[in-house]
Amino acid sequence: MSTAVTNRPARRRSPITRAAGRRSPAPPGRRGTTGPGTGGASLPVRGLKGLVLLVCCAVVVVPFVAVISTSLADKDQVTKAGGFVLWPDHPSLYAYRAVLSGGVVTRALLVSVGITVVGTVLALACTAALAYALSRPGTFAHKPLLLTVLFTLMFSPGIIPSYLVVKEFGLLNSYWSLIVPVMVNGFNVIVMRSFFMDLPQDILDSARIDGAGEFRVLTRIVLPLSKAVLAVVGLFYAVGFWNSFFTAMLYINDTAKWPLQLVLRTYVVNNAPLGADNIAALGTTPPPQQSLQMAILVISLVPILLVYPFLQKHFSKGVMVGAVKG
Amino acid sequence: MAVEATRRLRPGKARGPRPRGDGGGRGGGPAAGRGRLARLRRDRFLLLLALPGIAVVLLFCYLPLLGNVIAFKDYQPFLGISGSPWVGLSNFDVIFNGDPEFVTALKNTLIVALAQVVFVFPVPIAVALLLNSLLSERIKRIVQSVLYLPHFMSWVIVVALFQSMLGNAGMLNTWLAHHGSGGFHIIGDPGLFKVLITSQVVWKDSGWGTILFLAALSRIDTSLYEAAAVDGASKTRQLWHVTLPGIRGVVVLMFILKLGDALNTGFEQILLQQAPVGTDASEVLDTYVYNHGVINGDWGVSAAVGLVKGVVSVALVLGANKVAHIFGERGVYES
Repeated sequence: MSTAVTNRPARRRSPITRAAGRRSPAPPGRRGTTGPGTGGASLPVRGLKGLVLLVCCAVVVVPFVAVISTSLADKDQVTKAGGFVLWPDHPSLYAYRAVLSGGVVTRALLVSVGITVVGTVLALACTAALAYALSRPGTFAHKPLLLTVLFTLMFSPGIIPSYLVVKEFGLLNSYWSLIVPVMVNGFNVIVMRSFFMDLPQDILDSARIDGAGEFRVLTRIVLPLSKAVLAVVGLFYAVGFWNSFFTAMLYINDTAKWPLQLVLRTYVVNNAPLGADNIAALGTTPPPQQSLQMAILVISLVPILLVYPFLQKHFSKGVMVGAVKG
Repeated sequence: MAVEATRRLRPGKARGPRPRGDGGGRGGGPAAGRGRLARLRRDRFLLLLALPGIAVVLLFCYLPLLGNVIAFKDYQPFLGISGSPWVGLSNFDVIFNGDPEFVTALKNTLIVALAQVVFVFPVPIAVALLLNSLLSERIKRIVQSVLYLPHFMSWVIVVALFQSMLGNAGMLNTWLAHHGSGGFHIIGDPGLFKVLITSQVVWKDSGWGTILFLAALSRIDTSLYEAAAVDGASKTRQLWHVTLPGIRGVVVLMFILKLGDALNTGFEQILLQQAPVGTDASEVLDTYVYNHGVINGDWGVSAAVGLVKGVVSVALVLGANKVAHIFGERGVYES
């Protein structure tokens, strides 16, 4: 590993660095690592860095592996291990079949999927429309509208007043209470607006000269050019809707309308027993409680794991636009 | 102040007069030359586009601010907001007279906020410096994708994961018990509650927090390192004299945002874990508002506490920003 590390940076360094490295009083052995970095070049330091990063990654990865393994493990192994297993000997989807064949978890999963899909589509539409409308300085009421959005970044409305507003609108116990209040996030609007303003305006202008209306410009030119930012902002909204827990707890009283996160809290965090009354197809030899719980946990985190790799490459691009350019 | 903020949020291209006029690119002259009505007619479609979004913001961000009036009322749900009687400042008595439960919540909030600033804030900076010093881009990217992941997990998932790993029946403790050791009972221990939630925040958001610092690090002019190397600066000195000054602006900015956010002490996270440790160890202002208002129906008092908390939060942001200006940094917005 050490040779690989010492050989690689030469490619990235500018000629000046190389010359400087040669002239610098550092011993020749150090030359290889004179990149724009902060670490020392010696082997122990590199080893230590590697170790620290390895521990960091392990701390993140191991819980996920253990949870997924336990959800796949059979009863004997779970009993033998005393609850959790790091690797299933005979992986089976028994726990998932039980949990997903009807009952509380299945229903909650459908609710969560529905809220996430509908919410993300509506949120993206509202946010993109607002961001586009705000991306043109000099238009009617541009400044007041922009300030209206910007000020929301400075305060949060508070639990009680938000609850009262949702209640006054008659949204309590309705799925809309989980979608509409969080449909426009000021930060996301600003991120998207900055992206729109950075698009080559000449293209938009030439379309306008050719007679395209604003709607056409937005849908045919601006949005197709903004896939990166749409992906990132869409991910933020989708994760927000999927993860919404407290708003559901606050606004949804009817347990039949619970989204997955509330089910997760009840049956995993608070350890309420999962039995035949809330899971339909448990059969005569039900999977261990532990596996059922971990299966619910995995179901609630798998969608995020699935979209994550596709959107990850856009993160730095999308987030930076709004945050750093500031 | 706020106008400056809008100006700064515009990318460079939009700054200053554009050759083709600032008025939306329909070939018209500068906007000032037209009547308001004409501009309204010209931009009616853009305004229509803005309408749904602005409506949501007004209804669910600004309208609740009006809901704060119940802090001055004896709110009864069946009377409604306007029907409930005014009671002046009596809802604020818990704050001014130091109601023990409120004092506990305030004390816990301040301790958690301090822990967040002292123990949580530096971690992403350290991780970013460490990542930045890696020479292999590939390893860097892999580590980044792993460390960003927990940020996208809900608090319910994070708490469930922590219970599975560290709980009394969790993986670590069963393993320790198998090997004849006493065990490690951090979950459910009121004394360790703040340590637990602080470490959960570190676990969840340290990786994601590195994004901005890494971006700042990548913008440091490499010629500065070259010059420092020519002058014989060691790696440590380069870190001290080039790297850290290079990211100081972002660090100050993030610190200000953190301070402004200080009183928001992980509401969902704490609410989820309150039951086993009791309110003495775990009640913070947010949970106080929820438990007294929504659960106990003490609407006026909890709205009063929430209002004071909100006002103090805004004051914190403005104050921290002011301090940043005094020290010659740009802060979140110009004043």
